[in-house]
Amino acid sequence: MTSYMIRKFKDKLAFILSFLCVLVAIIPLGSILMEVVKNGAPALSIQFLTSPPGAVGEAEGGIASSIQGTLILIGLTSLIGVPLGLMSGVYLAEFGDNVLGRSIRFFNDVLMQFPSIVVGIFVYMLMVLALGSFSTIAGAVALSIIMLPIVARTTEESIKLVPNSTREAAMALGIRRWRTIISIVLNSARSGIVTGTLLSIARIAGETAPLIMTILGSQWFFAGLKAPMDALPLRVWRLALLPYDYAHQQGWGAALILIIIVLTLNVGVRFATRGRYTGR
Amino acid sequence: MSNTQPTNLKESAEGYKIETENLNAWFGKSHVLKEISLKTKENAITAIIGPSGCGKSTFIRCLNRMHELVPNARVSGKVLLDGKNIYAEGVDPVAVRRKVGMVFQKPNPFPTMSVYDNVASGLKLTGLRDRKKLDVVVKKSLELAFLWDEVKDDLDKSGASLSGGQQQRLCIARTLAVEPEVVLMDEPCSALDPQATAKIEQLMTKLEENYTVVIVTHNMQQAARVSDFTAFMYLGEVVEYGSTRQIFENPKNELTERYITGKFG
Repeated sequence: MTSYMIRKFKDKLAFILSFLCVLVAIIPLGSILMEVVKNGAPALSIQFLTSPPGAVGEAEGGIASSIQGTLILIGLTSLIGVPLGLMSGVYLAEFGDNVLGRSIRFFNDVLMQFPSIVVGIFVYMLMVLALGSFSTIAGAVALSIIMLPIVARTTEESIKLVPNSTREAAMALGIRRWRTIISIVLNSARSGIVTGTLLSIARIAGETAPLIMTILGSQWFFAGLKAPMDALPLRVWRLALLPYDYAHQQGWGAALILIIIVLTLNVGVRFATRGRYTGR
Repeated sequence: MSNTQPTNLKESAEGYKIETENLNAWFGKSHVLKEISLKTKENAITAIIGPSGCGKSTFIRCLNRMHELVPNARVSGKVLLDGKNIYAEGVDPVAVRRKVGMVFQKPNPFPTMSVYDNVASGLKLTGLRDRKKLDVVVKKSLELAFLWDEVKDDLDKSGASLSGGQQQRLCIARTLAVEPEVVLMDEPCSALDPQATAKIEQLMTKLEENYTVVIVTHNMQQAARVSDFTAFMYLGEVVEYGSTRQIFENPKNELTERYITGKFG
């Protein structure tokens, strides 16, 4: 064999091996998705989606309260976590090249690795014990503690990717620093920031442990910020633990709905914030 | 051999637009500009030439207070714009930059904005919202930059979708839109092909009717073609400064003569 043929062979081999690696990575993802769809689809019905869970043991309940709870949690958490995370990221990227910035970055990374149950316990002590009841707002606070470091980090990295020549062009026009950051730098970093935020939302939408300690769960619809509330991950967990078949099937259905919500959010936000030209 | 005749020398009574007095600049401990005292004439093109690293870019970045944006950068001395020191206490650097615009070596249109928005950005982002006024300014600036005919049918297309030469003219239009009095150009053609370069040189000659232009270039022929006055810098100092014709035809300093004839640089 000529050396050219050997090279071609090695090239093909490398390509096939990397393709196989991709398959190996996708197979678990695909099989989970298939399981959820297979087991959850039969549970879906209008009644399932619009009625609250019934009494335990009754097969007529639904997950409407859980859907509402998860959506409310995503909204409240984003309201707290996204602005704070965004501003932290901007500070770290634009003004953080000093000791203070390095310390903040370090603590941010530590916070990102915190076990979520620990966050749950912390908020339990801070808010549930202090306010005297499990509450929606405690759940939102716990989830935003998990969300904040992710948004801050990805915002910082996206902003750092904006080339300095863009900033210089703006400053040379006589545009003030804060205006440059808001209208030009953030705009250019937009797609990276959106990706980071969506990833953090997907993460917090599925967190169960902190919810056990903060919103507790309930059989009814949203009852105010200071009252316990239901959410999809909690519902999945509770249903999975019940000894009834109908409950297990409902659990699969709830899991499927959770995945659909996160996917829809992802596609929807990307569509809404796509740049005019990059199409991303 | 290109034509080294300088364009019409303006020996009129017009004054000096920008003067530096004992200007020094540092990057940290590195002393890059040493006691520069230079006067540039109003409504003329002054070229700064010299080998790489001699401090020409640093010099013009001191003229619009961009040098101080680099961490650990420092300036001492005075820079007088129309007789007033722009480094005096209490002077707003942002106000200085609106009067002294800059075009960079690598064209840098704002990537997320259309051609129209790019040109209007200097005005929009400092408060002007009136669409009609913006339309007028955008058209005028693009015409001045010799770009209007090429983009007038689609002002909404992305700034980054233009060719290199067009992008640089877009950046020039953007700079002109805020109506500065001085236009600084840091090697504006070095990333462009000869045709694009020629267009921009044509543009510069038109610009000097109404603006004071200071251009840094490592292309001596360009300096000879386009400028009225030339300053030769070496290792942070101005070695010689005079009318372009005199510098190129009759350099007084031996170093200047060696640089001009290509013996180093």
